[in-house]
Amino acid sequence: MLQRKLPEVWYQNGTSVIITVASGKGGTGKTLVATSLALSLTERTKVQLLDCDVEEPNAHLLLSPVIVGSEAVSIPVPEVDRGKCNYCGKCAEVCAYNAIAVVPGYVLTFPELCHGCGACSYLCPEEAITEVGREVGVVEWGDADGIKFVQGRLNVGEPLAPPVIRQVKQLANREGVVIVDASPGTSCPVVEAVKGCDFCLLVTEPTPFGLNDLALSVEMVRELGLPCGVVVNRAGIGNGEIEDYCKQNNIPVLLTIPLDIEIARLYSKGVPLVAGLPEWSGHFLKLFSQIGGIVRERAGGIKR
Amino acid sequence: MKELVVLSGKGGTGKTSLVASFAVLARSKVLCDCDVDAANLHLVLRPTVRERQEFWCGRVAVIDGEKCTQCGLCQQLCRFGAIRDFRVDSRACEGCGFCFHTCPAEAITMKENLAGHWFVSETRYGMLVHARLGVAQQNSGKLVALIRQRAKQIAEENDLLYIISDGPPGIGCPVISSLSGTSLALLVTEPTLSGIHDLERVAGVCRHFGVPAMVCINKYDINEENTRKIEDYCLSNGFVIGGKIPYDGAFSKAIMDGVPVIENSDGRIGKSLEVLWHKVSDSLKD
Repeated sequence: MLQRKLPEVWYQNGTSVIITVASGKGGTGKTLVATSLALSLTERTKVQLLDCDVEEPNAHLLLSPVIVGSEAVSIPVPEVDRGKCNYCGKCAEVCAYNAIAVVPGYVLTFPELCHGCGACSYLCPEEAITEVGREVGVVEWGDADGIKFVQGRLNVGEPLAPPVIRQVKQLANREGVVIVDASPGTSCPVVEAVKGCDFCLLVTEPTPFGLNDLALSVEMVRELGLPCGVVVNRAGIGNGEIEDYCKQNNIPVLLTIPLDIEIARLYSKGVPLVAGLPEWSGHFLKLFSQIGGIVRERAGGIKR
Repeated sequence: MKELVVLSGKGGTGKTSLVASFAVLARSKVLCDCDVDAANLHLVLRPTVRERQEFWCGRVAVIDGEKCTQCGLCQQLCRFGAIRDFRVDSRACEGCGFCFHTCPAEAITMKENLAGHWFVSETRYGMLVHARLGVAQQNSGKLVALIRQRAKQIAEENDLLYIISDGPPGIGCPVISSLSGTSLALLVTEPTLSGIHDLERVAGVCRHFGVPAMVCINKYDINEENTRKIEDYCLSNGFVIGGKIPYDGAFSKAIMDGVPVIENSDGRIGKSLEVLWHKVSDSLKD
């Protein structure tokens, strides 16, 4: 039982630490890692899990939270008062997204192209434009086995995930551990999920696909100036290329999960790894301690 | 000419392995990797790049410190939280130009943004159009639209039968851009709860944009109960199941060897991929 000894709380009481779980490649095990890390910590501290993969949120399938509340996510889009509009065309001129077109005697808006920047309504000389909310998704929250759970869901057919991610992150706890499950890739939805966190945990698999996409993720994390560490999932299929890459780039490999049909079966049924195989809990607590060491060292370094 | 896009919602279900095998099986085609964010198809098709282009897209605000009077209006108006301490965070800037249009000191300019690169390459199996979006960039949807257009041009010039595209995971902007106007979407899923959940969402996107969809269940034997659930779902929603592929180490091994799985597997996997391509190409004839 020694290995299940709980880690010391390495962040100050009354503050939070945010760990984002990300990966360039999809299907490497982000949600598996995020949910098991969260479950392992519940006995020790306040834990919150934010599912920021709003295109395909999956953490709820493993945690089965009881949802107690929700709110719509909307983008402010222009509505033109035809009585006031004199078709001067200023709104179309300033819109960077071609979401408004003006022809003599007519204004056409394309709400699905609008980013909600507000330039058109502010700059309209006739004050003919007001903004109305257009719903693009929803944020839901609840409880799951001692974890405070929040997830965003982008409406099917909507292209823009970042506004939904921003609204999920607004609900981040100010205290305890916050674990963010990000979407795959390295572009804007991932950056939105990752930014502002204290540590980025990159999950990969030991194949050329995994390595290629890990290198992209590391580039992104470095661009954002964040510390990171790697989890190698499905270890055993490949060679040591991931470890070599990590060594060359000074990135710690913090956890290795083997390729194991039993682990895959548990996941397929929606059973979290630490619930199906409780001996893994110790590994996740150790992972958390190691992240703590890195974050603490960095914070000390910055102070000095 | 018909355009097939392979999507999945959930990542890691085997899109790229299937597309690489179709590259071997389909006779007259151009390939297109629409996962511009984390492209992988080139790792198994090993292309020789013939044409390299810059992708300039979107603009980013820049504040001239000399002209700036630190009035704070831009900071107050920016809805993306991209301006702090009279500096623009280029990663947060969505290029709307609100600050540029309103700055009383005219201290802000909009700078053109190099958002990535795209390539036309030759492979053993035909031409491949692929791209690399810059890290932490926006506008992936526009880059996808651009490379699809180039692939279409190549198909027309060479009188090719198919455009076969490897799609990105998710359901957002680059997925919609990969999907709209294609002839058929092949949705690759796996019998996990996440696989089923994500299949239903991406199938919803196909319905929304009026693109017919066919389903392939990969690794179907890791949970046969869930496989039956997927079959029931397809039956009640009118989706044809193009194929069921067993779990097999040949998939990872082919990725390790950098070859399409169909060239590197025993009869069982090869056969199931041939059956799948047969159904897909039949459906594209309609």
